[in-house]
Amino acid sequence: MNLSVTTFSLILAGLGRLLKYKARRHPAFRARLKERDLTAQIMARDERVGRWFRLRGGVLTSRRGIHPAPDVTIAFKTARLGASMLMPPIDWLDQINAQKDFKLTVEGEEDLTNWFAQTIMMSQTVGWKFGTRMPDGTMRYCNMTNGGPVFVYVRDGRIVRMTPIDFDESDPQPWTIAARGLAFTPPRKTTLAPHGQNAKSIVYSPDRLLTPMKRVDFDPDGARNPQNRGKSGYVAISWDEALDLVTREIKRCKRDHGPGAIATSHGSHHTWGNIGYYLSALYRFANAVGMTRVHHNPDSWEGWYWGAVHHWGYTLRVGQSETYGTVEDCLQNCDMIVFWAADPESTSGSYGAQEGTVRRQWLKDPRLGIKVVHVDPYFNASAQFLPGKWFAPRPTTSVAMAMAIAYVWIQEGLYDKEYVRTHTVGFDAWKAYLTGEEDGIAKTPEWQEAETGVPAKDVRALAREWGGKRVYLAPGGWGNGHGGACRNQTGIQWARVMVCLTAMQGLGKPGVNMGNLQWGCPLDFNFYFPGYADGGMSGDLENTSMPVELYQRMPQLPSMNSSFQRIPRIFMPEAIADGKAEGWPWIGKSIEHQFAKFAYPAPGHSPAKMLYKYGGSMLSTMNNTNRHVRMYQSENLEFVVNQSIWFEGEAKFADLILPACTNFERVDISEWAGLGGYGHHGQQQLNHRVIVFQAPAIAPLGQSKSDYWIFNEISKRLGLANYFSEGVNEIDWVKRLFDASDLPKAISWKQFIRRGYYVVPAEKEHLRAPVSFRWFFENRKKDVPEAQPLPSDYTEEYLRGLQTQSGKLEFECSSLKRFVDPERPPIVKYEPSWEGPHSGERYARHPLQMLTPHAKYSYHTQGDGKDSFLLNIADHRVLVDGYYYWIIRLNAEDAAERGIGRHDLVKVYNDRGAVICAALPTQRLPRGVCHGYESSAVYDPMGEPGKSVDRGGCLNLLTPERTQTKTTHSLAGANALVEIEPWDGRTAHMSEVFARMEKAPLPEGLRAAALVPAK
Amino acid sequence: MTKWNLIIDVAACTNCNLCTLAAMDEYVGNDWPGVAAPMPKHGHRWVDILQKERGQGTMIDVAYLPTLCNHCDDAPCAKAARDGAVEKRADGIVVIRPDRAKGQRQLVEACPYGHVWWNEELQLPQHWPFDAHLIDQGWQQTRGQQSCPTGAMRAVRLSDDEMERLARAEKLAVLRPELGTRPRVYYRNLDRYTKCFIGGTVSAESGGVVDCVEGARIRLLKDGQCIAQAASDNYGDFRFDGLDEDSGPYTVEVTAGAVTRAREATLGQSLSLGEIRL
Repeated sequence: MNLSVTTFSLILAGLGRLLKYKARRHPAFRARLKERDLTAQIMARDERVGRWFRLRGGVLTSRRGIHPAPDVTIAFKTARLGASMLMPPIDWLDQINAQKDFKLTVEGEEDLTNWFAQTIMMSQTVGWKFGTRMPDGTMRYCNMTNGGPVFVYVRDGRIVRMTPIDFDESDPQPWTIAARGLAFTPPRKTTLAPHGQNAKSIVYSPDRLLTPMKRVDFDPDGARNPQNRGKSGYVAISWDEALDLVTREIKRCKRDHGPGAIATSHGSHHTWGNIGYYLSALYRFANAVGMTRVHHNPDSWEGWYWGAVHHWGYTLRVGQSETYGTVEDCLQNCDMIVFWAADPESTSGSYGAQEGTVRRQWLKDPRLGIKVVHVDPYFNASAQFLPGKWFAPRPTTSVAMAMAIAYVWIQEGLYDKEYVRTHTVGFDAWKAYLTGEEDGIAKTPEWQEAETGVPAKDVRALAREWGGKRVYLAPGGWGNGHGGACRNQTGIQWARVMVCLTAMQGLGKPGVNMGNLQWGCPLDFNFYFPGYADGGMSGDLENTSMPVELYQRMPQLPSMNSSFQRIPRIFMPEAIADGKAEGWPWIGKSIEHQFAKFAYPAPGHSPAKMLYKYGGSMLSTMNNTNRHVRMYQSENLEFVVNQSIWFEGEAKFADLILPACTNFERVDISEWAGLGGYGHHGQQQLNHRVIVFQAPAIAPLGQSKSDYWIFNEISKRLGLANYFSEGVNEIDWVKRLFDASDLPKAISWKQFIRRGYYVVPAEKEHLRAPVSFRWFFENRKKDVPEAQPLPSDYTEEYLRGLQTQSGKLEFECSSLKRFVDPERPPIVKYEPSWEGPHSGERYARHPLQMLTPHAKYSYHTQGDGKDSFLLNIADHRVLVDGYYYWIIRLNAEDAAERGIGRHDLVKVYNDRGAVICAALPTQRLPRGVCHGYESSAVYDPMGEPGKSVDRGGCLNLLTPERTQTKTTHSLAGANALVEIEPWDGRTAHMSEVFARMEKAPLPEGLRAAALVPAK
Repeated sequence: MTKWNLIIDVAACTNCNLCTLAAMDEYVGNDWPGVAAPMPKHGHRWVDILQKERGQGTMIDVAYLPTLCNHCDDAPCAKAARDGAVEKRADGIVVIRPDRAKGQRQLVEACPYGHVWWNEELQLPQHWPFDAHLIDQGWQQTRGQQSCPTGAMRAVRLSDDEMERLARAEKLAVLRPELGTRPRVYYRNLDRYTKCFIGGTVSAESGGVVDCVEGARIRLLKDGQCIAQAASDNYGDFRFDGLDEDSGPYTVEVTAGAVTRAREATLGQSLSLGEIRL
């Protein structure tokens, strides 16, 4: 007997003893062994040696030798290979290579083989101890929300409280920035966004889905009644029934219709965690099954991706720029920050909790001498927090205001002529447009006043002040894009003109940059921990940023979708209901990728017949969403399954509902604001890098399960489980990700899972990342720590210049000369919105411009509804007659003219639909403008969906779906024309979408608004 | 003997509501014997943020005032209580004892600040108990303070003399001192909420072009006496703050070069006079 055979045999014998030992020691493992009766063989094919393991009623018997009829066979090609594979620690690269080369094979029923493999893995992890016991007997775990990390205190299997993390003496000291004789240090704690502090209430929400459910009038073997989606009720079914049904439908759709027949759609966000994230487990599953992808638009970046990239590149940041070092530069060198459609106090930098708030509070120190001005139609939370002159242009018009500022600079010589000469191209062309040389209209402050309503004198004063100071321009919540005015009809123009303004003032000079202290903290960016967009366990090298680094660090089986069919998300309703749609892709590899039009259906593909939907956010986050109601009720959709945590939104339109659990009930690992991909180094928003082990604080509520479990169970029925899971459990993936990061060099696994978090020490002062664009200003090679643009996208020498064809800031865009879009001319020009004061008859009937910005308290639909704590916040929802209504803010005089008082119920409407809200008259909006947050979680039609008013607060029922330009797949709906009137209690309101379907004549004067008496 | 006090900075409150959420997180669904029975999920505002918009047009501001149980040293609720339902602890914290207060609805009416709340289900008067159960475990801050991103809320443990000195030195105020309840919750920059302003913006036309006038001298007159002076900024804006609401007629006098313009104003709430063209 050779040595390998001996070793292999010894390891297998040891495995048998280990399994028995673990079963004696751990009740959970003992229970696990009772789940299946089977005989499993582990063997070497070459030498015909092995050992079998028999389980009967939880009792394990193990014998050396080859079993004649095992249920499960795990076979290594040779004993030598087996010995090396089984000897801990497991080398995952060897493992997957052995599988790819068919040297490691598994035979048997998928359910049994997968169960056995996961059981063996469980024997390694079952004794791991999570969390810290507190003096009062509670257990303290860590977790991560979309709004920051939390300590989770648990007693008797129930969450007692969640708090931010106060660092202890063993955690590292934070950074200090010296500026103008002052020292600025953030506090040694983490912060939370409101929706983060709200988390306990949504875990224990009465809207939690606690059992699989089937629509009562859905019969897969008879009448499916798609027309009743959104109307009919549900009946609880077992997990087995549910999993069998969804598996059956997957197979049927592939068999009857062919490739592409199954579509998958998810929201833009998820509950936090790198393994359970949609870009991780869902993508691996969807690729394994083969699904038509719903191709997203860059929804919070529209103007930047479709517009700004042509001036400065940065496609791999979706058009937003690098931001390194800007907190330090701003505090040291800047004289004034111009917040332009920027409300970081409301949007928390998306995932940044209130970290930026801490820094912006420093601006209140008069010794710093940094002035602030705000440009926003709404006197937003940031304007409230940081006093400064407020400019309130009408929605969509501030492009004209920006041009007038540039005009004054030209007239009065208040821009950096030398910088423009050396660092930019095409200025003369734009100058000719601004001065009127091109079209006979000088873009003067007086010219803009007619559009914006902002007095010319104020714009002139701002232009003069700006032109004489070192200014940080802060467009959007992140201070260099994201949200703000980039999501309305003129968003592309706006993002473009923002870049042009900063180019005129010398972007990259000390104190001249983009930002509002939201990004750009001096953290350690050399410490590797992957972001969620890096794909976790997805194996997806095409649709995540896994190829950048994670794939090499965390070997895993690749996953690849066999279908290349895509549905453009904005036109998903038309794609499904009408059978065709066109879109332009969001792909960040180069500027030119956005020009490659795609069509649905794809050549040779079946149209989508089944929808695998993840969550229910679209009705309130997309535009003119009665279209989605129509889509769901279309006969073209034969089957809809929704995997959701809460019974809300579109979940109520599914035929089958699979109840998922929250991130507090499953295991995961993640970094705070660790985005990866298009949000490279998103941790720059934070005062501290914090990485957490997301311990399961409580067991999944009811029969809810982790997404991973659900996918694996369906995979078992498709023979895919060992591929999907690689035979390991969720906790093993978490450990693999830990090992793939730089964490093991800093903290042991044992300590990490007990303590729950790790704070990456702040960067030493002399090693801090350089200031963004300083290299560009100083004509040096790019030196900030981001590997973008792609090497081939440099024109001259690698790392010299920007991504544009000239390598310079382009006032006249080379890329838009090569791709002709009349709505995106090579220089940015002002074209008034097609939904606004220039809309003629529609404006006459719906004279209020409605802003629908990102919400302040909820995170899109997350945290809203669900009977959560947020309902109690007076600026989030208001209780009227026993119902929590969404808030619509409107100018106090506009309200008075309409006879509307504080918290009166009003109907906000246009031809697209009607929403009942509680009114909040205010001075924070100019005349003619109203304001309500996008993304209510509640869709609550008071009659038939599509033909009645909604009182849930889905204001996106009213917003236009038309894209900003015809050749972009760009959402434009953050501004819509509406009318508001006191609600008379009537519930019927025929939407344009449904009226068109029924070919009903529209009543004169009311158009789509057919009124009938209240119920 | 040191006692707990809470200091709230009105100028630092952003209405993020993290303190109100932290209170709900701590008390909804949790029973803290001797300190607080579970808070109802809806209907109570143990930490309630009031707000006030001031001004008109583009000259406005908004102030937020977090309010909660004042833990008064001379607490009206304690006077109204029977059976020792309201306990004044040695550390200054007032606790409405859930084990003794059942049915005592008069405590709700007794509180002049509206911060005793009636729990219909439990038939209990309730309030924010200064997180006494956490303080007793050694916490040095309240949940609201821990969650507050701007440090607008700060719990301090001081002797009454020290607190009095601090209040004087930092110009802290309490709500409705005239009631004599001696609250232990103090406010910094309370004027941001309680006072009001008169403001305006100065412009001038020259050669057909209207521009903002910087450096115009503005005098605020009350009963013919100049009570404040200011200069307009580069946007022509000026503002006199800290005035009493409903304080009646004022005259605003704007001078730039040889030109003087006067505006009469009667102050109820904060007032923006809008554009004053020279």
